[in-house]
Amino acid sequence: MKNNFDDQEIGQPRLLLQSVTKEFPGCLANDSVDLRIEPGEIHALLGENGAGKSTLVKMIYGILKPDSGTMIWEGNKVQVANPAHARDLGIGMVFQHFSLFEALTVKENIALGMTNPPAMDQLEQQILEVETRYGLPLDPNRAVHSLSVGEKQRIEIVRCLLQDPSLLIMDEPTSVLTPQEAETLFVTLRQLSEEGCSILYISHKLDEVRQLCQSATILRHGCNVGNCIPANETPASMAALMIGEEFEVAQRGEHPEAGPVTLEIRSLSRKSEQSFGIDLHDINLEVHSGELMGIAGVAGNGQAELLELLSGEVLSAADEILIGGESIGHRGSTKRRQQGLCFVPEERLGHGSVPDMSLNDNSLLSGFVSQPFLNKGFIATETVRKFTRQVIDLFDVRCPGQDALAGSLSGGNLQKFIVGREILQQPKVLVVAQPTWGVDAGAAALIHRALLQLAAEGAAVLVVSQDLDELLTISHRIAAICGGSMSESYDINEVSAEDVGLLMTGVSLDKSSTKPGPAQGALQ
Amino acid sequence: MSFSLVARPQPSKLMVYLSPLLALILTLFSGFLMFSLMGIDGLDALYAFFILPISDSYGFSELLVKAIPLILIGVGLSIGFKANVWNIGAEGQLVMGAVAAGGVALFAYESESIWVLPAMMIAGILGGMAWGAVPAWLKTRFNANEILTSLMLTYVAGLFLSFLVHGPWRDPEGFNFPESRLFSESALLPIILEDTRLHIGMIIALLVVATIWILLSKTLIGFQVKVVGSAPRAARFAGFKEKGLIWFSLLLGGGLAGLAGMIEVSGPIGQLVPQVSPGYGFTAIIVAFVGRLHPLGVTIAGLLLALSYLGGETLQIEMGLPQAVTGVFQGMLLFFLLACDVLIKFRINMTQKASKTESVKQEASA
Repeated sequence: MKNNFDDQEIGQPRLLLQSVTKEFPGCLANDSVDLRIEPGEIHALLGENGAGKSTLVKMIYGILKPDSGTMIWEGNKVQVANPAHARDLGIGMVFQHFSLFEALTVKENIALGMTNPPAMDQLEQQILEVETRYGLPLDPNRAVHSLSVGEKQRIEIVRCLLQDPSLLIMDEPTSVLTPQEAETLFVTLRQLSEEGCSILYISHKLDEVRQLCQSATILRHGCNVGNCIPANETPASMAALMIGEEFEVAQRGEHPEAGPVTLEIRSLSRKSEQSFGIDLHDINLEVHSGELMGIAGVAGNGQAELLELLSGEVLSAADEILIGGESIGHRGSTKRRQQGLCFVPEERLGHGSVPDMSLNDNSLLSGFVSQPFLNKGFIATETVRKFTRQVIDLFDVRCPGQDALAGSLSGGNLQKFIVGREILQQPKVLVVAQPTWGVDAGAAALIHRALLQLAAEGAAVLVVSQDLDELLTISHRIAAICGGSMSESYDINEVSAEDVGLLMTGVSLDKSSTKPGPAQGALQ
Repeated sequence: MSFSLVARPQPSKLMVYLSPLLALILTLFSGFLMFSLMGIDGLDALYAFFILPISDSYGFSELLVKAIPLILIGVGLSIGFKANVWNIGAEGQLVMGAVAAGGVALFAYESESIWVLPAMMIAGILGGMAWGAVPAWLKTRFNANEILTSLMLTYVAGLFLSFLVHGPWRDPEGFNFPESRLFSESALLPIILEDTRLHIGMIIALLVVATIWILLSKTLIGFQVKVVGSAPRAARFAGFKEKGLIWFSLLLGGGLAGLAGMIEVSGPIGQLVPQVSPGYGFTAIIVAFVGRLHPLGVTIAGLLLALSYLGGETLQIEMGLPQAVTGVFQGMLLFFLLACDVLIKFRINMTQKASKTESVKQEASA
């Protein structure tokens, strides 16, 4: 690693941003933001979704150009023209979503991301050196599609480290990792920091930031609302700065008396139709009426495939999926709705809603089966409008009115609308994918309360989420999906976060034995 | 000064309606330039093209006669286009409608029954539907691109008609001209305005426009068409059958084109000839887009494009210009419309040459 620690003037920051502003059409993403990162420091950039974190780092990395403001890199004023220029300066970035070619090997992917890659065997040598030095075991000749998400992230990190960065930007690196994998990553990051490499760590997970980061900059609605030393703060005090408003956190009640099984999946297997998709292997699951069941798992482990089969967009054999004892695996979405199944897809725009149609039309979209929205084939406009108003009122959807286009609502408000639209249809079974993905904390709390309320009223609720904290807060029972296989399910009081982390990596729990510390084992 | 396109935060509703108007103005201006470059008085030519043909009531009735097929086909196509079903072969569906209706007329030759016309109408619709069903089947069964299949089938239909009027259906007393017999009185559409060719098809077209309007705005199937076109995944989420809507769009578009074909042969033409349409099926694509895929808009656009046919004929008579002028104007209109549609999602940004960019560009390589 380049170690310019000694020849720095005392007090000269590695990176200094002064009143950086960036405006997108209709949205001020960054409003004169200041940022100061010292050499060798792990600096957190905190903020809710949509606070402008990604925009800010994209400007540092040269993907976006600021409208105004200055960037000072190691004492010199710079304008980063493009990512290659940023890499020349010594800035590396690991993105939240990887840009890897699934069919190529680790080595080939790394070479493709370099400005001037060395010869292949020389590169392999360099890769192995970096890997041993930072404890990132990875075979350079393996094909990327066979790797886990954590391993894919390692490719991106190794790619950056090969370029000798003095600032490494990590965009929400743990959002795709299990708790154990995250622990491993932190060890690497601390080692880098000790060697003098600064790290800009973007996250909204406050516990993590307190563990790892020496200082933090907090953004809200594109503005810099404060700097702090995370170790001196509580998660609550930082959350207050991030969110800026009070909200009532959802409370899971006691695990209810098990009602009858309302949603049942029986040895469901399916070959994926996509070349790098995930095959589902013999999935069994029972969701009782009155309970909220959580499915944890790192993205891309078969969730999308399972959800398609549950919503009825893809069909299976009749008795692989049952609602209230009735086989519906071979039925389409409409038939399933008649049986009382409602569904909230992961993608809000274009899947859960039609962006350029009004909220009224979007009520009609999924409500026409269970609600009296049709009168002799004609649309009963007044009934639809009444229903829409109800959703807006009960779920606190903030919008200019019910004729507003769905696409014009903020993520949180649109999600409240979609969840509300499904809940007001009084489903017997509700399947929800990523209920609070990219949603502000206030809206997330409201959605959590509504889901628990629905379960309390006797519905079976199945929540598939990558956010383990969320599932641990709201689920009565939890299981994890890994590589297309579903784990056993456990009562939430029987398992710890670490246990679920193990389930997410496909390890089955032996509840009788004492828990080993797997995370440490993986590293050393 | 420099120009650049900047994305609008939201598509402009105003530009959706302003764009066809802007395109028309640009078409007129370019037409003026084109005529002037050819050494013709541009204003005279434009007058002959756009005003002269409809300066008397007969001219106006002719405008309506030409607008009828354009509107009928245009509303049918606009349903498909809304659902992202690109039926380019309405011309072929029109021809097959004309063939089927003509067949009924020739079969019922000398019959004076009042049922001949309704039978022809049904035959025409079915003929068009059959021709629309082929690309629908190929698309839903083999995922074959309907743009190609429907377009290619147009030429098959044209040759089929040609074969019939040159062969089996040729008028036995027609001196070997490639034409069918003239239809008998009972197979001709009643005239609704004396001393003109304006026939009852006008009323049929208006009824169809009203029906489609209600279908689109008030029924579930219309809603499904819009959702499939705008957000296909949301349509799957809602449980709308994409294949069903492909069939629906192509059958409806084909049926209306077939009806237009029937109206042409039992209205202004009165027999089967090798060319039953001067490209109405293709022009209707322009009609649908200029009319913003809305039934009312399509009606207005149908009148405008009908004028381009009359204008071309008038220019040919008055100034001896080739009839290709019609195609040139139609092409320019579509071209400018597509260009102007950029302004729905983007706005033009004019900036003075930027000079305040700080020139401190540090190539640091620490």
